[in-house]
Amino acid sequence: MSVEMILTPAQRDDLRVVAAMMIPASADHDVPGADDPDIQADILATLGRDTGAVAAALDHLARLAGKPLADLDDAARDAVAKEFRATGGAAAATLSRVVLQCYYRDDRVLRSLNLELRAPFPLGYTLEQGDWSLLDPVKARPPMWRKVT
Amino acid sequence: MNDPVDVLIIGAGASGAAVAWSLADTRMHILCLEQGGWMKPSDYPSNGRDWEARFYGDYSPSPNIRARPEDYPINEDNSPIKVVNFNGVGGSTVMYTAHFPRLHPSDFRVRTLDGVADDWPIDYDTLAPFFAENDRIMGVSGLSGDPAFPPKEAPPMPPLPLGRSGTIFARAMNELGWHWWPSDTTVATADYEGRARCINLGHCTPACAQGAKASTDITYWPLALRAGVELRTHCRVREITTNEHGMATGAVYYDKDGVEQFQGAEVVVIACNGVGTPRLLLNSASGRFRNGLANSSGLVGKNLMFHPYAQLYGYVDEPTDGNRAPPTCLWSKEFYETDPSRDFVRGYALQFVRGCGPIFEAVTSEAKGILPWGAEHHAVFRRLNGHRLGLSAICEDLPEEHNRVTLDPELKDSHGIPAPRVDYTIGENSAKMIEHGLARGRELLAAAGATNICINSPILYGGWHLLGTARMGTDPARSVVNEWGRTHDVKNLFIVDGSVFVTSGGVNPTSTIQAIALYIADQMKQRLANLFD
Repeated sequence: MSVEMILTPAQRDDLRVVAAMMIPASADHDVPGADDPDIQADILATLGRDTGAVAAALDHLARLAGKPLADLDDAARDAVAKEFRATGGAAAATLSRVVLQCYYRDDRVLRSLNLELRAPFPLGYTLEQGDWSLLDPVKARPPMWRKVT
Repeated sequence: MNDPVDVLIIGAGASGAAVAWSLADTRMHILCLEQGGWMKPSDYPSNGRDWEARFYGDYSPSPNIRARPEDYPINEDNSPIKVVNFNGVGGSTVMYTAHFPRLHPSDFRVRTLDGVADDWPIDYDTLAPFFAENDRIMGVSGLSGDPAFPPKEAPPMPPLPLGRSGTIFARAMNELGWHWWPSDTTVATADYEGRARCINLGHCTPACAQGAKASTDITYWPLALRAGVELRTHCRVREITTNEHGMATGAVYYDKDGVEQFQGAEVVVIACNGVGTPRLLLNSASGRFRNGLANSSGLVGKNLMFHPYAQLYGYVDEPTDGNRAPPTCLWSKEFYETDPSRDFVRGYALQFVRGCGPIFEAVTSEAKGILPWGAEHHAVFRRLNGHRLGLSAICEDLPEEHNRVTLDPELKDSHGIPAPRVDYTIGENSAKMIEHGLARGRELLAAAGATNICINSPILYGGWHLLGTARMGTDPARSVVNEWGRTHDVKNLFIVDGSVFVTSGGVNPTSTIQAIALYIADQMKQRLANLFD
């Protein structure tokens, strides 16, 4: 299925607006908003099994807004978003998740968080041993398991 | 027509693999049918940049969400805890945290000690040599000397490092005077029997790309196959067949092409977990066994125990290990044994989680309402990410007959086999235990300096441990299998998975499930001359 067929143009417009409401761009942190074209393209390209739930969430959003989200003023949009989060159920949660999971794997965002742009394998990570002397008082405890005979 | 075999094992997970390996030295013709296939470590999530997102899709622990071809659906609408499992060679050991405690001696004597549930017909000492053998083959990392357990042999490998998160927890527990100990884990901390050591990929639960985490596809199965066991994959068993003498004759299954096949066998061993096993027995009803196979007691599918998890997490100022290490690292048995001053019997273990990755952090904290939408989002996320500490109270679930697995009258799997239906409620004793665990968890997180405390109780997708639905006992009216795993009703039919648990204990059960499987296999070998008497 082509990207254009996954969601209607109106749904894609609302998705872009609600994503920006969730995560706006920030000059302070040098990160794009979740309405960034690359992040939106990632969302659409990887919707997969979540397509139905996301479409349902966007339909619910459209019913609450009564018109395209972009046409509402800020106060009205905020009110719709509040209602959407309160009443959207599992579909709304899925929409939030797909936005967040695409946002927090974007290179620009990860760089801003000082995270490496790579998969965990094959390099892995280093884990410090920590302070094993903390175990000394526990080692000194008497047996605490319950005897059965 | 397939040639009949001596032993047919159904399921290639934790227990099926252990039984296959143990029975191999009899030189009998042993065949295992597994509904899934072999896993490819190069496909595992931590190989790719989308490693976290796949947890919500094809590597979800929920079979209903994951919905791979080898998964079967489960109707769990009437349960506050959803089943999580994995289907494939290795079973749910492919997708577990590798936290590897044993049941305690007291867990086998619940009726005698506390007047509830039932005693097991076997005890800790009976299983001790099989625990040790299993630790060696699975490859356990840990530290001997834990005062919460009887003395035992040193684990083959040293424990996982404490790391930053473990150190914070350890300080807090020492301040409170609580017991804690580095967890036994099947994550290899050194190169071990062909497995490479852990390099802290962090995303351990949905399978280990390094192969450091023990799953039976890389531990027991290579040994069993080399010893001559045959493993046939993508074969889903529909029913066990019986003859006019009430003996099992084999199984009907669908092969990888969806073609119905019959496999004859002298002995049938079921290893399909506490949901899959009762499903198969109930679906094997016949004229002679009208209520399902091996179900003269009426207890097949009943007494399902899950372990309700009371989970808490909070955030500390200093950085934690986040997703950069195996998630579980410590346990505490401070509240494990019955304490008469409490308003419940039995107890729970506490297990500790180092942290999580950025996507999991964002998704869960947004859902909890502590990560806002709008301009504040970025600043708040930077205070949360990499600062989380988590813990869970894993509560002993007592057996209650109304908690059960039945066959769903409508839902079916891709082969048309009735799906299991789970009806489950959290009992009064468990509910009190959960409240106690949450209170202690808050206390501990406060001692660790954590704020923004969040709770998931019970963990919705926390039905990892599927126990009790074909319980073990000496009384055929009160149990499904005898004290060595043979069904009371069918003398050549054995069950070796978590279904046979009489009580659940308050720990992750894989170590005990495998020890029981090895014990039953050993009993079979000792009784070969009169196995069906």
